Amino acid sequence: MVVGIGAPEPGEAERIDRLFHALADPTRRDIVRVVLHGEESVSALAQRYPMSFAAVQKHVAVLERAELVRKRRQGREQLVSGDIETLRSVNRLLDQYEAIWRDRIGRMDEILAETGDEIETTSKERNR
Amino acid sequence: MTVKDVEKDPANLTMVVTAEFDSPVERVWQLWADPRQLERWWGPPTYPATVVDHHLEPGGTVTYFMTGPEGDKHQGWWRVLAVDAPRSLELEDGFADDTGAPNPDLPTTTMRMVLSAQSGLTRMVITTTFPSREAMDQLVQMGMDEGLRAALAQMDDILAA
Repeated sequence: MVVGIGAPEPGEAERIDRLFHALADPTRRDIVRVVLHGEESVSALAQRYPMSFAAVQKHVAVLERAELVRKRRQGREQLVSGDIETLRSVNRLLDQYEAIWRDRIGRMDEILAETGDEIETTSKERNR
Repeated sequence: MTVKDVEKDPANLTMVVTAEFDSPVERVWQLWADPRQLERWWGPPTYPATVVDHHLEPGGTVTYFMTGPEGDKHQGWWRVLAVDAPRSLELEDGFADDTGAPNPDLPTTTMRMVLSAQSGLTRMVITTTFPSREAMDQLVQMGMDEGLRAALAQMDDILAA
């Protein structure tokens, strides 16, 4: 399969907005950090923070909408885990590698542009 | 934008990036051959790279570390498989532990970089090959962690402004 260079997918901007909103809160950032390393129940999470079970549950819901975590039920417990399912797709990884290389090539361009200026200045001086 | 083409081939676990620069081949080669230039583009601004060893010869190694926003250090290495200056370079790209020794628990990728002169421009083709789908999965999870850290660093900048 060959994937060309294209514009961001429709809905991508909204997705990124939800992601940034979700990560704007320090408690939510901490919840993501915790559940990326292993599944945790909402009640166990609630014990980590000086707030009510309901407040933690609300934070988890915001993270869930941003697709950062997913929730499942086990008896009376709600278990939260880092939502890496979508990230598991090979294309997603390749997208990240593409982004890394686009950034690197952008920086290469900047370095080459600097040297170009220097050479230009030198030749101008020579022409004087 | 000098990136001309990106081809992803999930079946063969490869990605080919083609870029063109308005500079001679020898000048573009220096971006790889000069460690001071290499460290200016390898790591993102939030994780600048510092190159420690730099031996671009078959069997030679390049070692570096990237420093995160909280002073966290991440070590990496290249093992050079083939060099044909100033035209091509083939290497293994991997992670290291805190002592700088290659970390066998983390996946390595193989990268081939080829430069060619194209009517006054230099074309650079980089082919990255992943060893397995499991390795790709592992790299995704690490990328997620890194991406999250980078997003958080940006967030802190915005909040501090």
